[in-house]
Amino acid sequence: MTKGTLSRGAAGVCGFLLIAEALGRTGVIDPVVLPLASTVLGETLGLAADPDFLLQLGNTLDACGVGLLFSVAIAVPAGVLLGTFRKVERSARPLVEFLRPIPSVALIPVAQFLFRDPEYAKVSLVIFAASWPLLINTMYGMREVDPLAKETLRSFGFGPLAVIGRVSLPSAAPFIVTGLRIAVSVTLIVAVSVELFVGGTGLGTFMSAAAAGNQRAEMLGAVVWAGLLGLAANGLLAGAERRLFRWHHARTGEPAR
Amino acid sequence: MIVLRRIGRLWLVPVVIVVWELATRALGDDSFPPPSTIAGRMREMWLTGPPSRLWINDSAIANIPPSVVRLLGGWLAAALAGVTLGLLLGRSALLSRLFEPIVHFLRAIPPPMLLSFFLALFAIGPEMQVATIIFGVIWPILINSADGARTIDRQHLDTALVFGLSRGQRLWRVILPSATPKIFAGLRVSLSLALILMVISELVGSTEGIGYQLLDARRSYDRPGVWATIVILGVLGFLLNSAFLAVERRVLSWHRTAKQTT
Repeated sequence: MTKGTLSRGAAGVCGFLLIAEALGRTGVIDPVVLPLASTVLGETLGLAADPDFLLQLGNTLDACGVGLLFSVAIAVPAGVLLGTFRKVERSARPLVEFLRPIPSVALIPVAQFLFRDPEYAKVSLVIFAASWPLLINTMYGMREVDPLAKETLRSFGFGPLAVIGRVSLPSAAPFIVTGLRIAVSVTLIVAVSVELFVGGTGLGTFMSAAAAGNQRAEMLGAVVWAGLLGLAANGLLAGAERRLFRWHHARTGEPAR
Repeated sequence: MIVLRRIGRLWLVPVVIVVWELATRALGDDSFPPPSTIAGRMREMWLTGPPSRLWINDSAIANIPPSVVRLLGGWLAAALAGVTLGLLLGRSALLSRLFEPIVHFLRAIPPPMLLSFFLALFAIGPEMQVATIIFGVIWPILINSADGARTIDRQHLDTALVFGLSRGQRLWRVILPSATPKIFAGLRVSLSLALILMVISELVGSTEGIGYQLLDARRSYDRPGVWATIVILGVLGFLLNSAFLAVERRVLSWHRTAKQTT
């Protein structure tokens, strides 16, 4: 990112905020319905020092992080298995195709049957939802592995595990990280949804409480923080992708920006 | 032969269903009814109507079509707005630099966070549900369209200029077609997201719909009913995805053949 794009981006954000503020001040949009941009910004800053908000935020991020770790531990090996053995993949495919389209939030009641504790229900659903993009991307990645490289290692006498560890996994890694990036946004969606319906502690509960008191500026402040965090997580992973997998972009001919 | 082989690939599905049936019967837990009970409940919930209507009953007509209409309506509205804005951002370097940060920020907001806010803004009803769906699914479409419109082969555009195509013609004949594969990738992501948001918006605020039936079944401790709704949502997701893939295959068939010849 160059200085020019950064300043233009900042100009865009400032312009957007100024227009929103002007619309509210002139009464085009009733500030009671949609709070002024300056009020929301003030609330956003205020939330950063609000211990209750930070606790709830931390709780949501905790559930997302733990869920993500579990789903990586489950979905990546499963994807390697399905991607390596064609026969297994062919048999499992119909099952995957039937399970994947089930919207994860529809499973909230089932998670409640399984776990009385809302925190467990939340983490289990996060694992379920985040596993699909990881599984599918790992499978794609394994399928794209250069067969010549695998054969070469095999003819040098390496066993199947060494082939997976030295060739398949490294060359599938960019796909896995892409899956991880999708999974991160999925974890936030699911965690907040469960908090909205089941309760427990987290951003979703914070939103319901703010909604009950009709604290619109506070609600939007929390939304801003959620967006900024999502942006940061995405940027971090995208940056890691570019840095770690420059060779991949070079090979596929994509610009390595 | 091909049909037989296709069916042969599905062998795991009946095996899983039988194992599920046996396991849930052995377990005897009310929360996990056997699939036969779930299928029976599905029939009771949606298929007790007269044969002339294919057994579809009033409850199915009152709940399933409104959900599907909201889902598809929100998705199509988001597609129209997302593609238009995306093409605009993709073709104008200035606009894209001004607005890209805002777009990426809005995309990063988990849509359920806005649910309570939309609920305060619109009150319970279809407006709030459609608003949630549109806001949640527009960003992948917009970003992909912008990406597709930005990375157009220079030669194609120059050729269009040499042949004197007007701005509108260039948009319809060159820019839109070459952006289509990326646009479709965005549309597919947002279709499954739209289903999730339909369910969640109906769980929070609605008086009919599949999500409402799910909530209703949970409130009345109708466990087979909960499972039945989950199955119908899975079937709906499967059908939507299959239909989308069929359309995509048709629309993008020229793209595949064009790639083969070059």
